[in-house]
Order: sequence, then structure tokens, then C-alpha cells
Amino acid sequence: MRTIIFRTIAPFLTALMVLFSVFVLLRGHNEPGGGFIGGLIAASALAIFGIACGVASVRRAIYFHPMSVSAFGLFLGALAGVLSFFKGQAFMTSQWLIFDFFGVEIALSTPMVFDIGVYLVVVGAIGSIALALEEREID
Amino acid sequence: MTPAVIDDTTLLAVLAPFAAAVVAPALTRWFKHNAAWPLALVPALIFLHFTGFIGPVSEGETFVAAKAWAPSYGVNFSVYVDGLSTLFALLISGIGTLIILYAGGYLKGHVQQGRFFSFLFLFMGSMLGLVLGNNLISLFIFWELTSITSFLLIGFDNLRAASRRAALQALLVTGGGGLALLAAFILIISATGEIEMSVLLGSPDIIKDTGLYLPIFILVLGGAFTKSAQFPFHFWLPNAMEAPTPVSAYLHSATMVKAGVYLLMRMHPLLGDTVLWTTVLPLFGGVTLLVGTVLAVRQTDLKLMLAYTTVASLGLLVMLTGTSYEKALEGAVLYLLAHSLFKGGLFMIAGTIDHEAGTRDVTKLGGLRTAMPITFAAACLAALSMSGLPPFIGFIAKEVLYYGTWGWPGAGLAVTLVAVAGNALMLVIAAAVALKPFLGPKVETPKHAHEGPVLLIAGPVVLSLTGLVLAFMAHTTGLLFVGPALSSLTGEFKQIDLHLWPTSFNAPLILSIITVGLGIVLYTQLDRLRSLIASVLAAIGWGPDKGFDQVVRGIVGFSGRITRLVQTGNMQTYMTVIFVFTAIAVLLPGYLTGGLPEMPEMPEYRFYEWGILFIAVLGLIAVLVAKTRLTAIVSLGIQGFAVALIFMMFGAPDLSFTQFMVETLSVVILALVMTRLNLMPSDHRSTPAAILTGIIACAVGLGLTLTLLAITQQPFDTRLSDFFAQFSRSIAHGRNIVNVIIVDFRGFDTLGEIAVVVLAGLCVLALIRVRTKPDKTVEDSTTDAVQTQASEAR
Repeated sequence: MRTIIFRTIAPFLTALMVLFSVFVLLRGHNEPGGGFIGGLIAASALAIFGIACGVASVRRAIYFHPMSVSAFGLFLGALAGVLSFFKGQAFMTSQWLIFDFFGVEIALSTPMVFDIGVYLVVVGAIGSIALALEEREID
Repeated sequence: MTPAVIDDTTLLAVLAPFAAAVVAPALTRWFKHNAAWPLALVPALIFLHFTGFIGPVSEGETFVAAKAWAPSYGVNFSVYVDGLSTLFALLISGIGTLIILYAGGYLKGHVQQGRFFSFLFLFMGSMLGLVLGNNLISLFIFWELTSITSFLLIGFDNLRAASRRAALQALLVTGGGGLALLAAFILIISATGEIEMSVLLGSPDIIKDTGLYLPIFILVLGGAFTKSAQFPFHFWLPNAMEAPTPVSAYLHSATMVKAGVYLLMRMHPLLGDTVLWTTVLPLFGGVTLLVGTVLAVRQTDLKLMLAYTTVASLGLLVMLTGTSYEKALEGAVLYLLAHSLFKGGLFMIAGTIDHEAGTRDVTKLGGLRTAMPITFAAACLAALSMSGLPPFIGFIAKEVLYYGTWGWPGAGLAVTLVAVAGNALMLVIAAAVALKPFLGPKVETPKHAHEGPVLLIAGPVVLSLTGLVLAFMAHTTGLLFVGPALSSLTGEFKQIDLHLWPTSFNAPLILSIITVGLGIVLYTQLDRLRSLIASVLAAIGWGPDKGFDQVVRGIVGFSGRITRLVQTGNMQTYMTVIFVFTAIAVLLPGYLTGGLPEMPEMPEYRFYEWGILFIAVLGLIAVLVAKTRLTAIVSLGIQGFAVALIFMMFGAPDLSFTQFMVETLSVVILALVMTRLNLMPSDHRSTPAAILTGIIACAVGLGLTLTLLAITQQPFDTRLSDFFAQFSRSIAHGRNIVNVIIVDFRGFDTLGEIAVVVLAGLCVLALIRVRTKPDKTVEDSTTDAVQTQASEAR
């Protein structure tokens, strides 16, 4: 698998895929996409990087343990639901903040935060499974 | 009298220790052990708050305060302040103040001292919530919280196996009893429709009239007897002595173990004064009293001696409560007060001796009176009270309780004899604890003994002196503490006139003299008595403590056998079972409801649609004819991609997108798994086995197809899709309906799902980390992995 071509291309491919995954994640509310798909794309990006350049460099690159990323995603998802308590509304009632940013309408919302949580959960969980499987000489 | 409603300060008083538990670790980091001083202010303030209730309560007033907690279930956070709960609250906060100080000195320099303070405060809050609890459900919650905090405190020294075992044992016994209590409360709530204790107490016959008295009675006893360590559940309490001494002094003598007695006293107006009550309680209480004292004599460890006498005292309290005879109940209340004071003090003294001399084995101690004079003085005061000698509160308590047992028209004589025997033996222990370490020739101890610091001395001295002061103010004690508490037990207002010195030469006094005489005789024969009991116990050779181990081992073994039956660890078996049942689940309903769905008309497919179908079928054929497993996996991917294309063409881009990614990733991950497992490259199943799996696979496929056909032939209910289509833009500001459903409309489902994903990730990670045996090719190495995991777990 570690051919020179693959190893040269893999980092660029990974970077592109991660970028694309974020794009898919953010446009999810209006176009095909969303946290789950985005997360899967990013996870496969990590898997490719791992196959090409070794798991150690992936772990270095993402700094956090993928399982912590996953757990943080779950925390973020739950947190997004709690925000509505401050307005005395039921758990996970969506909150929207729409404002004008240099003529562009920006919409920040708890469903988006929640979707980012989903994204992180999927990246973390699938990524850590893939990386652990690629790491053949653990122990 | 209906209780008056008060403001929320009392509710805050219950919650204050929880707040203190949060700040305790930080304070301890800054001030080291001196954090005990500011922290002790919390229980001291609570104590002050409750002293404010003494006056009104002694005039027969009661108070309630409540905040809604889960109002839809009738669960409120509510308190009920009357004589009994005031007495308990004062004991908890007052002794709690001293214990916090004592813990400051006892665990000085311990790395986890902050955590220890934290646990103590958590317990304190739970205990306050318990004794003040008015709402049955919140009372139960605090009841279980005391079990949990007790678990944390007993297991504080978590590196020792003995403390872990003791902690678990205490949790299982008291927590199990707590579940019985929950059942009792639910029965009470459903039978009477009332959930507040104050309301129930307002009509005392309400439970007796329901016809559910017997089950409620048994379940309440299940909770009370386990918590208050009544025979045969007494074994957890001596084992709990593994905890640091402040815990033993606080939880396992003065407060938590009295929760069971509290419950019995609290429920006395509701459940008491029946034949069942006056038979069962004195019987168990009396047996516990005798067993406790006899086992106490057997011990040489100061803490264990005290622990067994605590068991005995709890037995005495249950016995007295069980008589439902007013004078005996008065004795119970007095003895409860006296016991908390002297036993808490004696435990702290035992801890101080251990701390300063390095051992608490009574046979290795002696002559400490010159080295530790203040401790010795406090020990003497507390021990005199425990022995029931004048002029201490213990003496008054014993007089009153003898008066009660002697006059009880039930089995008065038997109960009196048991009480005399028990008290005589308690005197023996009191003398052994207070005199043996201090008198006699000086014995070399592991540490050079000297007087403890003020943090260690303050507690025992204050408690012992309180025992003295309360006795000298006997009249006031009776009026302010005993009378109001007794009123709670009997359900009608009582005023008690106590005096320190007996007014006449009557039966109780004679019984006291007999007790003291018997005690002194036995004390002179202590060593002989100890070896005698030891040999008798050795002859029996079995006790509830061993029984507990046997029960736990039995349960673990039983569940192990069940697990091995259900979880064979063989992947092939799992898959077969899953798919056979899937086939049954999809085929059986169709068969039972009769008839196959109609064959749909074949629509006109375009050529590229045919092409995709062809690719899917080709993929399936490739799976079947593939020589190696790896090829088969990749071929399965072909079919998956074809399906993704179909989704794409029929207007489900999201689904198709996801399907593509899932297919890619599952092929990658499966391929990685294949390279990791030492599998044979190809499938070597016998032909019959292959045919069998083929049949199962076809059955599932057929079933799913038929189900799908049947579903699509039903009229389509468009309410949900209409709703989503109509509102996804206007309410949820999103044009992608699928995404809006996932993150907004059904967001709570997704939250659950991502939690599952995280957990699944963790599980898979754990499975991968399992070390597989090297250089071994097996047909199905998942089996191997699971077996390795099981053997490592063993």
C-alpha cells in the first residue's frame, strides 16, 4: 500500500477530504449533507492518511485521541440541547441567532451546534476504530 | 395539629452541606488540614439554625417547607420539622461539626483529604435530607444517598482489598434494604394516595386500614433492619470499620446506622402498637443486643469492640421501640441521644489512640494515662456514660429504659433480662476501651505516644462533657429534647420530667445495681470470657459474614453459567441465531395474517436502470463465487454502490451519499479486520453447512422482500411527510428535510443514537485491544478473541 505515489498524494487527499467534509457538514441544513455524512467522509480521510503514512503520524496530526473527540461531540450535542433551558423551554428546543455580517445573512443555531456534535462523534468513533485496526503492532 | 409552613431557609440548610462538598477540595488545597476550621462553620451554622426550632417544637408545634421537584409525579423536596427530626438534625449537624474538625487532624497530610471532606459533607447533607424528609420519595432518595456516600467513605482507602470488600458489602446490604423501603413507600403511596409523611401522620390509622399492613410492615423492616444492622444483617457494620475513624464515629455509630431506628420511630404512629410490631421488633432487637455484646467481648481491636456494641445498642433501640410502651419509648429516645454522644466520643478516642500510638489492639496498649491525659479523661467520661453510671446521661437513659421494660405489660420480664445482660456486657466493653489502654504498666507502642493535637481532642472532649451537662440539666433535657421526640413517636403531645437522681428506691435502681455488679464481675474475668466466646464461635465456624460471601459467590457463579449459556463466544452461532430469528420475525406475521402480497406490476425501466440492477446482481454473484474472503467483501461493496446509485436516481441524495460513504468505510474496515485476524484466506465450510446458511440467507431475503412489498401496497399515510415538508422551512429554517428531521424535529433520537455510536466505538476499541494468541490460524478467530477476552477477565 505504501507506494510512493500514494504516500505523496495521501496528505493532499486527506486535507481536501477533511475540507470537503466540513463543507458537507455546514451546508447540511439546506442541501444534501450533514454531520453524519461529513463525519464519515472525514473518518475515511483519516483512514486513508493512516494507511499511507502510518498511524503514528495521524495521531500526531489530530493531537487528541479520536475517542476524546467522539466524547466531546456527544457533550457538545447534549450541550446544544441544554441551551433552551435558559429561555425556560423544553430540552432541545432549537435556538436561532440570525444576523447580518457585511451584507451576508449568517444563521447560527443550536441544531448546527448539534450537527457539529454528530460530526465529531462519527469522526471520532469510526476514526478510532479504523486507526486501531491499522495499528498492527500495538501491545 | 397541622404543621405550620415556614420559609425556605431549612431547605437551604439541607442543601448547604452539598455546596460545602463542592468547595471542600479547593479549600483543602489552599489551607491544608486547617481547612477543617472554615469548613466546620457549615455544620455549625446548620446546628444554630436548628436550635431555633427547639423552643417552638417543645411546645408541640411542627413545621413544613417544600419546593416542587418533579411535581407531575408528586415528588417534592420537602422537610418536616418536629421533635424527632429536630433531635436528629441537631445530632447530625452538631456531631458533624466536631467530626469535620477531627477529620482535619486525623487525615492531616493525606493527599486525598479534600476528597474525604467532600464525601463527609455529601453524607451530612443526605442524612439531613433523610431525617427531615417529608416527601416519601425524596426521603427514599436521601436514604439511598446515605448508602452511597457510606460506600464511598468505607472504601476511601481504595487500595486495600479489605476496605473495598467492606464498602461493597455495606452498599449491597443497605442498598438492598433501601429497595425494600422503596417498595414499602410505593405501596403506601398507592394504597393511601398520600405522599407526604406529615399528612400520613395526621391520620395514624391510615395504613392499618388499607389491608396492606403486613407487606408494608415487612418491607419497612427490610429497610430499617439492614440500615440499622439488626441480626442477621449486622455483619456489614463491623466490617465497615475499615473506614477511617472519623467515618466510623460519624456514620457507623452516631448517625447513619440510626437511620433505621429513625425510620421505625418515625413510622411508629403509623405502623406501631400492633401484635406484629410488639412481637417482631423486640425479638430481633433483643437477639441483636445479645449477639452484639457477646461478639464485642470477643474482640481485641478497640474499633471492633465499639462497632459490635453499636450493633448491640441499635438492637436495644429497636427492642425498646418495639414495645410501643410509652415509658420504654422514652427510654429509647434518651438512650439514642446518650449513645450518639458517648459512642461518637469513644470512637474518636479510639482513633486518637490509633493515630498517636500506632495501634488499636487493646492487648498491645497500656499505661497511656501520663502520655495522653486529656484523652484519658474524655475516655473515662464517655465510658461512664456508656456504662450507665451517674451522673451521666447514660445513667438516666438506663433508669428510664429499665422502668419501661419492667413495666411493659407484654413480655416485660424477658425484655428486662435481655437488657440487663446486654448492659452489663456493655459496661465490660466500656471499661475495657476506657481503662485498658490507659492504666497498667507502660507498654511499648509502635509509635511514641503523646497527646493528640487540638483538632483530635476537641471532638471527644466536647461530646463527653455534653453527656455530663445534659445529665445535670436533666429537667431541661427532658423538656426540650426527649419530650418533643417522644411526642413524634406516640403521635400526641408529651412533656417529660426527667431528674438525674432517682426519687425512690425502686425496681430500675435495683436493676441498675445488678447490671453494674454483673458488669464488674465479668470485667475481672474478661480474658477468660474472651477465649470462651472465641472457642464457641470457632466451634460454630459459620456466620452471616461468610454467608454473605457464599450468597455473592453463588449469584456470580449463577450469572456466569447463564452468560456462558447465552454468550457462547462463537461468531457463527451468534450470526445464525440472529438471522434465523430475523427470518422468523419477517416471515411469521405474513404467514399468520394470511396471504402473500400481490406481485406488483413491472414498471418500464430505462436501460441505465437495468444496467444498475445488472451490476448489483453481478456483485452478488461475485460474492458467492469468490475464492477468498477479501474478494467476497469487495464484491459485496459492488452491490452496495449499485443500491446507492438507485437511491440517487429516485430522489434520495442524502441517503445515497450516506450509503456511498458507509459502503466505502465498511469495505475498508472489513478489509482491515481481515488482515488483522489470523483467518484462513478462504472459506472452508462443509457443503451441508454452506447449504444451511444459504437457506437461512434466502429466508431472510425472501421475508424482507415480502414485507417491503406488503408495506408498499398499503395506502401511504402522508401526515408526517406533509408536516415535515410544510414546516421544515418555516419552523426549523432548513430546506433539507432529512437533515432537519435528524438534528431538529427528532433531535432527541439522534442524541441517543450518537451516544450509542460513542459507546460502540469504545467497545470495538476494547475488543481490538484484546491480545490475540500469536501464530495461530483458526477457522473463526472472533471466537478466539472473545475467549481470550474472557480468560483475561478471569
